[in-house]
Amino acid sequence: MRCLKCGQRACFEIRRHRAAFCQEHLIEHLRSQVEKAIKKFKMFSPKDRILAAVSGGKDSLALWDILLGLGYCTEGLYIHLGITSYSDKSHEMAEKFAFSRGVPLYTVSLKEIFGEGMEYIARKTSKSFCSACGLIKRYVMNITAKLGGFDAVATGHNLDDEAAALLGNVLHWQTGYLARQAPNMPERGGLARKVKPLCRLTERETAAYCVVKGIDYILDECPMSQGASSLRYKETLNLLESSSYGTKDQFYLGFLERGQRYFKQGEEEVELRDCIKCGQPTTAEMCSFCRQMERVGFDSLALKKALKELLSAD
Amino acid sequence: MKVIIHRDSAVKEIKGSHTVEKALRILNIIPETVLVVKDGRLVTLDTKIEEDEEIEVIPVVSGG
Repeated sequence: MRCLKCGQRACFEIRRHRAAFCQEHLIEHLRSQVEKAIKKFKMFSPKDRILAAVSGGKDSLALWDILLGLGYCTEGLYIHLGITSYSDKSHEMAEKFAFSRGVPLYTVSLKEIFGEGMEYIARKTSKSFCSACGLIKRYVMNITAKLGGFDAVATGHNLDDEAAALLGNVLHWQTGYLARQAPNMPERGGLARKVKPLCRLTERETAAYCVVKGIDYILDECPMSQGASSLRYKETLNLLESSSYGTKDQFYLGFLERGQRYFKQGEEEVELRDCIKCGQPTTAEMCSFCRQMERVGFDSLALKKALKELLSAD
Repeated sequence: MKVIIHRDSAVKEIKGSHTVEKALRILNIIPETVLVVKDGRLVTLDTKIEEDEEIEVIPVVSGG
């Protein structure tokens, strides 16, 4: 198989685009796909300051590298969840990347702030592990972006993540989520802008990008994600993709272009107000983060205090 | 050929020479879910692997 651009031996094929590329042109192609998504969905401009949420995995490190390569001012946020040795290993990957590129990485450690990690917190709540963890991550991302004066939070969600989330939302007719699922969630009422610049790339492509660029990433999966429904949805979509190239792309990007409008009709925007404890946006009197931490027996304000110190120390 | 599957730390042997895609099918691996590396470099699915050669399979699916 030959590279579409230069005719040299290809190292990677993208069947839905009926194309194959050598290393050099694969990097160029994947970067151009990210740039295309940033522009099409009006995510941010070259003047903006971006906070990349990094986990040490292939997607977030590819995201950070691509944004830096495209010239976007991007700093990193790592949330140390204290999950066995997995968190230490993934933190090491994120730090190694930041050091090699000479860019700032802010690390928020639950154990350092609260004395306990995610496993303890999840045990004390009635929620599932992933749900309790997701709530904390979303809160930390938002408050860091706000306190640090960032214009947007970028996450490494890729085409597979978004297509799997869409399949889950369709299977359960989550009409509210179907109306809101988007690669660009604009800033509103204290919520920072959230963007997903990798939404046009599959996870096979982000992994290939890391291998070709020599980016070390954590190969292990989060030990708490085993059996997650998103993995089953991904498996189903990959089976369909293997017999009909472009299925994931058409399902997700087609939904955004032609399907989502039907779910947006009649959807009312929920009013946001300030949490009585931490001041972060919420639909209730107290935000779900503060409520969750109260249930666990921790002072939620300790996080805000630690973040202020972290951001001012830089 | 020898196939080293990362994440599972498994090693498989397949008789004969095959393309990467055929080797993955023999092992019941969906090509969309992995990268294949030979001698430290990515290879396309149509690459022919000889019986005495070795490939590494890197799973790419993550989630939670």
